[in-house]
Amino acid sequence: MAITNIKNLKEFSTANERFEGAHLLCPGCAHSMIVRELMNATDDNLVIASNTGCLEVSTAVYPYTSWDTSWIHIGFENAATAASCAESMYKARKRKGTLPDPDAPVKFVAFGGDGSTYDIGFQWLSGAMERGHDFTYICLDNENYANTGGQRSSSTPIGAHTSTAQAGSESYGKTQRKKDMVAIMAAHGAPYVAQLSPNKWKIMAKGFQKALETEGPCFINTVSPCTTEWKFDPKDTIHLADLATDTLMFPVYEIINGTELNILYRPKNVIPVEEYLAAQGRYKHLFKPENKHVIERIQKDIDAKWEYLQRREEARV
Amino acid sequence: MSRGVLATEKRGVRELGAEEKVGWDAVPQGVVLNSFDNILKENVSHVKPEDRDYSDFNSYTATVASWRVIKPVYNRDICIDCQNCWVWCPDTSIISRDKQMLGIDYDHCKGCGVCVEVCPTNPKSLLMFGEAQELEDALAMWPEKKKKAK
Ligand SMILES: Cc1ncc(C[n+]2csc(CCOP(=O)(O)OP(=O)(O)O)c2C)c(N)n1
Ligand code: SF4
Ligand code: SF4
Ligand code: SF4
Ligand SMILES: [Mg+2]
Repeated sequence: MAITNIKNLKEFSTANERFEGAHLLCPGCAHSMIVRELMNATDDNLVIASNTGCLEVSTAVYPYTSWDTSWIHIGFENAATAASCAESMYKARKRKGTLPDPDAPVKFVAFGGDGSTYDIGFQWLSGAMERGHDFTYICLDNENYANTGGQRSSSTPIGAHTSTAQAGSESYGKTQRKKDMVAIMAAHGAPYVAQLSPNKWKIMAKGFQKALETEGPCFINTVSPCTTEWKFDPKDTIHLADLATDTLMFPVYEIINGTELNILYRPKNVIPVEEYLAAQGRYKHLFKPENKHVIERIQKDIDAKWEYLQRREEARV
Repeated sequence: MSRGVLATEKRGVRELGAEEKVGWDAVPQGVVLNSFDNILKENVSHVKPEDRDYSDFNSYTATVASWRVIKPVYNRDICIDCQNCWVWCPDTSIISRDKQMLGIDYDHCKGCGVCVEVCPTNPKSLLMFGEAQELEDALAMWPEKKKKAK
């Protein structure tokens, strides 16, 4: 495993990019920031599978590809399937001695959106984790089906307006809470599971390196602020990620072997969640007096989750 | 610094959508698009972009400059080479070599403004201007250092 020096940002910036411009993601999209932080963290050969979603359709608009690595485009459910099967074939060919360059370091990576990870590709992902392939699955979690116009997913948080869970006189947006995918993946007994955020580039790059180094199936949920569906100015993507980690709406942590939980980032000053919500158009309606209870509920949930994570970290179980 | 790093021969030479269209029925099943013209013998992460043999299929050869209405302008005099702009640019459009920020790739920059927001210097070393603004004039009107509000 060859990893890039990420001691500081200057060292990191000497990495030779393998993700090219003139893809069609929106200006300020966090998907590509996350992809760059991953790909620049290693110089191993990568075999990447992406399923349908903003990242896939925007980086492979025929006749173009934005990928300087092996990259497989596959249907909406199947990023985990494609990556895990490529890994199996690689192992089989290695065993049979039919690889042209058997000693070249290769890592297998899958990218999926939250729609595909939390909902539509859920059973395929679960299967690949259970089979124990040596690959890393990365969810680009923008909490909605962005590529098809912002429908709700099981990752959409309570209170958010989406095109299929609309806020109005009868509703405050989505009424159900976000699914805890990190816990579900840890419950598969995966050797490495984490939730990371692009504003914390070093923790992110380190987490990716750990996942690639770890043998077996790894899962990383990454926060991907979406300027179009969260409704904020494209220049503010990193500001939004800062608010996400510092309000603890998205705590940054890892779970090793399903039990050993480590908090990777503790905000010096925890910010009240109002600030995060107020920065996005999708939560605008929550500031009406009749919806105040939803904000209180969100804050309560955040506090409880943080307490839970800290206790788990302490207990080492 | 050679011009070859800031703008290579292959980069951004085609407007997206202007390329010759091929119908779906003319494309062989299971088609593979090669990112490079000659299969690189070396691991691509060990080859600098200016030394790569990008194929016409690589989006590196296309431009999205027409998406921009505003553009970032870079002022070398103030820059501390922290690389914040490099790590967070979503369009691989900050060109850094040997730990130094060299400039902006205007073929691939979409004018999102993220680089300006994350630039820590005072005044900023990157600022947004109208797309039509001449770079020299933009540099001439750079603001003074801001005093910290007490
Ligand atoms: C089986 C199937 N159902 C629906 C679609 C249509 N579709 C394409 S992309 C997409 C949304 C993707 O959402 P997500 O996975 O969250 O990725 P994002 O675009 O948000 O990054 C949908 C519904 C499809 N391509 N295949
Ligand atoms: S809709 Fe959101 S996730 Fe999709 S490209 Fe735009 S900003 Fe990125
Ligand atoms: S404006 Fe956006 S795309 Fe252009 S260089 Fe800055 S961060 Fe990159
Ligand atoms: S963020 Fe500003 S100071 Fe840092 S390298 Fe970029 S231009 Fe220079
Ligand atoms: Mg999504």
